[in-house]
Amino acid sequence: MALPPYADPLERLWRIIYLVICTLIFLFLIAPILVIIPLSFNAEPYFTFTEKMLTFDPAGWSLRWYEALISTGMQAPDAADGWWSDMWANAAWVKAARNSLIIGVWSTIVATGLGTLAALGLARPDMPYRRLIMALLISPMIVPIIIVATGMFFFFSNPCSIIGVECGRLTSTYAGVILAHVVLGTPFVIITVTATLSGFDQSLIRAAASLGANPRITFFRVIMPLILPGVISGALFAFVTSFDEVVAVLFIAGPEQQTIPRQMWNGIREQISPAILAVATILVVVSIALLTILELLRRRSDRLRGVSGR
Amino acid sequence: MVDLPRIAVQAATAAAGPEIPLKARLARAQARARRRAFLLVLPLLLFILLTFVIPIGQMLQRSIYHDGFSGAAPALVEWFAATPAGTEPDETAFAALASDLLFMKERKLAGEAGTRINYAVPGSRSLFTAAARGADRLTAPYRPALMAEDGKWADPLLWAAMREAASPWTTDFYLSGIDMQRTANGGIERVDEGSRVYLALYAKTFLLSAVITIICLALAFPVAHLLATLPMARANLLMILVLLPFWTSLLVRTTSWIVLLQSQGVINSLLVSAGFIGDDGRLALIYNRTGTIIVMVHILLPFMVLPLYSVMRVIPPVYARAARSLGATSWTTFRRIYLPQTLPGIGAGVLLVFILAVGYYITPALVGGADGQLFSNQIQFHMSKSNWSQAAALAAMLLAGVLLLYWLYDRLVGIDKLKLG
Repeated sequence: MALPPYADPLERLWRIIYLVICTLIFLFLIAPILVIIPLSFNAEPYFTFTEKMLTFDPAGWSLRWYEALISTGMQAPDAADGWWSDMWANAAWVKAARNSLIIGVWSTIVATGLGTLAALGLARPDMPYRRLIMALLISPMIVPIIIVATGMFFFFSNPCSIIGVECGRLTSTYAGVILAHVVLGTPFVIITVTATLSGFDQSLIRAAASLGANPRITFFRVIMPLILPGVISGALFAFVTSFDEVVAVLFIAGPEQQTIPRQMWNGIREQISPAILAVATILVVVSIALLTILELLRRRSDRLRGVSGR
Repeated sequence: MVDLPRIAVQAATAAAGPEIPLKARLARAQARARRRAFLLVLPLLLFILLTFVIPIGQMLQRSIYHDGFSGAAPALVEWFAATPAGTEPDETAFAALASDLLFMKERKLAGEAGTRINYAVPGSRSLFTAAARGADRLTAPYRPALMAEDGKWADPLLWAAMREAASPWTTDFYLSGIDMQRTANGGIERVDEGSRVYLALYAKTFLLSAVITIICLALAFPVAHLLATLPMARANLLMILVLLPFWTSLLVRTTSWIVLLQSQGVINSLLVSAGFIGDDGRLALIYNRTGTIIVMVHILLPFMVLPLYSVMRVIPPVYARAARSLGATSWTTFRRIYLPQTLPGIGAGVLLVFILAVGYYITPALVGGADGQLFSNQIQFHMSKSNWSQAAALAAMLLAGVLLLYWLYDRLVGIDKLKLG
């Protein structure tokens, strides 16, 4: 928005102040995320820029914290043979990354499936009790996580108690953590898919039917391609939710299900070392990649739906 | 009245179609469509009921149900049932107590029973465990025997607490959740000044959430306005600066703020090297209330920018131009024309941020220090001490507040208006 030609000097001055304020707010948003990237290459175990870093002396910079990520927990980080299997089996952060991926992928698949089905139902004009059910299905996003985690902790330690019998437990199992993350991820899938469906032209379904397509073909050849961007971005949200979740993991997971956020939580609470900054940097790169995918999807979705976007 | 047999015949010959009145067929088709829509939602609905609603319900039940004492003291439960409230404990009562102590010793229940009484009368846990240990040496008359062990057994407060705990259903945990306690004669009173915790904590949680929400609004408004008025291509580019924090791990963002704000961190080092503060005067920016506010504003800011942006984007600029052409100053135009049109966005953002802030746990736990803790952290504190009923009572109170706000959000904004990015 340029200033209109009738602006007086005071308004021009205010415009400059306003732009400066906006710049500062953007800086507040983005600087904390960017500042950790150079600091993760610090050669010293400090959280501030050392003299050598500022003068770009190579001695001030190093990859030691990235090495620390791999070697922490390894039996023999210097041994030549068996290094890979040692790292794969013992390195604490590698194990955490593996757990995060397993839990994230499975909870994303289940959450996306259930959430997309539900969104398809909720978007139909004939849906009974639409508002109430929608409110219920979105509520895992709104209810404080500590309450959700506490409830699940009790329930998962004896899930069959509702039918009055004893049978195993879901705490300290992958299944338990995955179920918890499915619950937390579905609201995002519902929100993104219903948003895509709100721009969906219902007459396309009738058009497909009039051209002889049965409901199955209509779904896979007409509906699915159109809502796919929404489904994928919902899946990304569900994955990120699981990948970033720590409270449910704190309550439900056992020592075998430690994830990256759980490991970071420990690191921040006990002694914070620049190794955490190295993890954080990797995660920032991951989120930049996810954001890029999402932006591309949004453009594709707009194009398919005929929204010009400009 | 409709001719019932005829409808039955019609239903039986439904395949024949054309004979059925159009209205009935329409109703049937609509019912089928409703059923289909519902069937699509059903799997998730059942899943959420089973893994979300029932667990929370079960947990909340613990806030009013605690059988730690009533299950361990059958004889006393009987005595309390037979006597009216406020009865002086006589020899039969002490005999019942002695037999229950023996019962507790045999089944190792003294700790649990004592813990239940301990909530109302601090120090009772050790009283019960010690007495149960020597329960097999007690002989009649029991009153003097127990009094010889510990004079506290005559405490009327203790007996009132035991009477209350004789029923597993209790409101004690809610009472202590609002800083109240029972008196010896069955009334209620406020706890001593020094042990009042919760009411102040509610006030603090709401106050901090309000402060965070207001700061978020103040920061989000200019940014959203800029994004909404820029050409789309540039707005999308700048939008990344809002979305990147939104997509970055919460723990990453918290870590970076620790790095920036701690006393040996980037900001303090900058201030020291610039000479604004001395090396011994480093500011305490984190592990206190300030830290909680700064970090939570950063984390919740995108939740304010996004709804504001989506409302501002569609405000037509012609009204503002019309106002200017009719002689309004730019300030009047903003205040009387532009601001009222952004109110739906402000409402949505403020409510969402406030709801999220009130229940926040991770950030206060990591950077809040002692005085930046919020309500959720208190629930976690009781969980870690295995005070499950107290944690459940506090959780119920927090949940009630959040659900009220959520209902308000649905009424004013509508859940289906919730958008992400």
